[in-house]
Amino acid sequence: MRTSRFGSAAVLFAAALYFLVPVAASLWFTVDDPAKGLNLDAYVKGIGDEGMLRSLLLSLRLGLATVALGLLLMVPTMVVVTLRLPRLRRLVEVLCMVPLIVPPIALVAGVSTVLSWEEDLMTTPFYRTFQLLHDKSFPLVLVLVYTVMSLPFLHRSLDAGLRAIDLRTLVEASRSLGATRAATLWRVVVPNLRPAIVSGAVLSLAMVLGEFTVATVLGFEPFAVWMVHVGEYEAQLSVAAAMLSLLITWGLLLLLTNLAGGRIRRIRDRRKTTS
Amino acid sequence: MTMTKTTRAPGTVPGEAPREAPREVPRKAPRRVPRWPAVVPFFAFMALCFGVPAGTMAYNAFTVIDPDSGASEYSLHNVTTSLSGQYATGLAGSVKLSLLTAVLATALGAVIAQAVVNSRNSALRKAVVSASGVFANFSGAPLAFAFIATLGTTGTVTRLLELQRAGFSLYTFTGLVLAYLYFMVPLMVVTVLPALDGLRGQWREAAASCGATRAQFWRHVGLPVLMPSLLGGAVLMFGTAFASHATAAVMTGSSVPLITIQIANALSGNVLVGQENLALAMSLNMVVIALLVIAVQIPLRRRSERWLG
Repeated sequence: MRTSRFGSAAVLFAAALYFLVPVAASLWFTVDDPAKGLNLDAYVKGIGDEGMLRSLLLSLRLGLATVALGLLLMVPTMVVVTLRLPRLRRLVEVLCMVPLIVPPIALVAGVSTVLSWEEDLMTTPFYRTFQLLHDKSFPLVLVLVYTVMSLPFLHRSLDAGLRAIDLRTLVEASRSLGATRAATLWRVVVPNLRPAIVSGAVLSLAMVLGEFTVATVLGFEPFAVWMVHVGEYEAQLSVAAAMLSLLITWGLLLLLTNLAGGRIRRIRDRRKTTS
Repeated sequence: MTMTKTTRAPGTVPGEAPREAPREVPRKAPRRVPRWPAVVPFFAFMALCFGVPAGTMAYNAFTVIDPDSGASEYSLHNVTTSLSGQYATGLAGSVKLSLLTAVLATALGAVIAQAVVNSRNSALRKAVVSASGVFANFSGAPLAFAFIATLGTTGTVTRLLELQRAGFSLYTFTGLVLAYLYFMVPLMVVTVLPALDGLRGQWREAAASCGATRAQFWRHVGLPVLMPSLLGGAVLMFGTAFASHATAAVMTGSSVPLITIQIANALSGNVLVGQENLALAMSLNMVVIALLVIAVQIPLRRRSERWLG
């Protein structure tokens, strides 16, 4: 048993080394300048950089729009399928997992072909739609593609959330007390699914904030693409940005454990006090 | 089929029908209508935002456009080109990289997860799980920059250990393996932890009381039970590595031939007209390989559920 403990400790130590060295080395890289010694120039430059602010805001707006659209599509669909259309359950599951089979680069290859139809549609009303889709200030097409890419996360967490509650009883109780369908969904189902919704939303948001492939092929510049562009002449700045994105991911997941975990704990506490 | 159903007495219909039947009789018309409209947006969205691009990909992959007349015709030209020459090398390179990283990540992830289970320390476990969550999401361009800053030509560790003189370069196949494992191993740890928790202590005790050594326990009990979960994890790892584009694009550019990079190159840049359909044919190849790999996993899932459910 003692040898096993020692082996475990050695494994965990090696793993910690592998995961922490790149973070430490990157942080050192951002502050160490061979010519000038230690300084925080990269961070000062980053905060003052107008491109960074713009791209980060674009990523954030895209992420929030993706999460909103994804939840708007998935929550009603999953609830109705669970309650009333169980035959469609399997189909919805397969459709939501399909983005795992079609990689983002393949999906965006199809999307860019579809977008290239724009010239042929010049005379039709669709032309305006296509222009809106790839408006530089807020490219809707990215929101649509990211929503497709976030379906596996949303489905997995909502499915787990729906399995954990007695949806039928909740909905029947709410409806028999006279609530409308919309009120039932918004005031009964959504609060009960909150941990699942939060976890799906956070994972989607983290995915969008770091997304590079789709945005670069379609020619937009959210945070990850900006990081690469700036890396061509300011290596330190892009590494500092990479560390910032690690920090953002960490913060988001911390938020997730606190939000989702907090609610479960509260329910448990309430049960303890009532029993 | 329908005959037998209609002749049944209402109470004998299996499932949930009898419970709802009495409520549905008085207001049958208003209750029946609003079932499907709720799912229409989802299916419409999937048809437009996934169906149309995917359909276009499948259709255009088998089409060539004549650059002079602009007319298109069916042809296997794109598909054959995408499977020969440099594109075949790229596809093979992607498969090789994904296979190697999948095997390494599965093994390392399982060993780390088992070390966490062995330690029986809940604080350590919590820390490892949350760190794994963060690192599993730390991929793409930011990961590439972290590795360039660490092991690149002017990277901190490269300078510290004078790795360049030892002949090490990050911008190679090995460098990509090192970087990919950084997000794949944590993903494997969180994937395989529940399965390792399912290995019951009694099995170990039973094996020990029959005189089995630790190695024999793993060889004859532990690994066979875990095998489906490990294979499932390996398939997930393969898919993740296979689909990765950003890390390699930023770190190595085109110097290591990978299919994702070749697709991106064919799509962007001022290339010939036919090149776009070639990208679609390569995308189709990726989908086919992903499907083949996932098909391996389906029959294995049931066996794992029997023991670890």
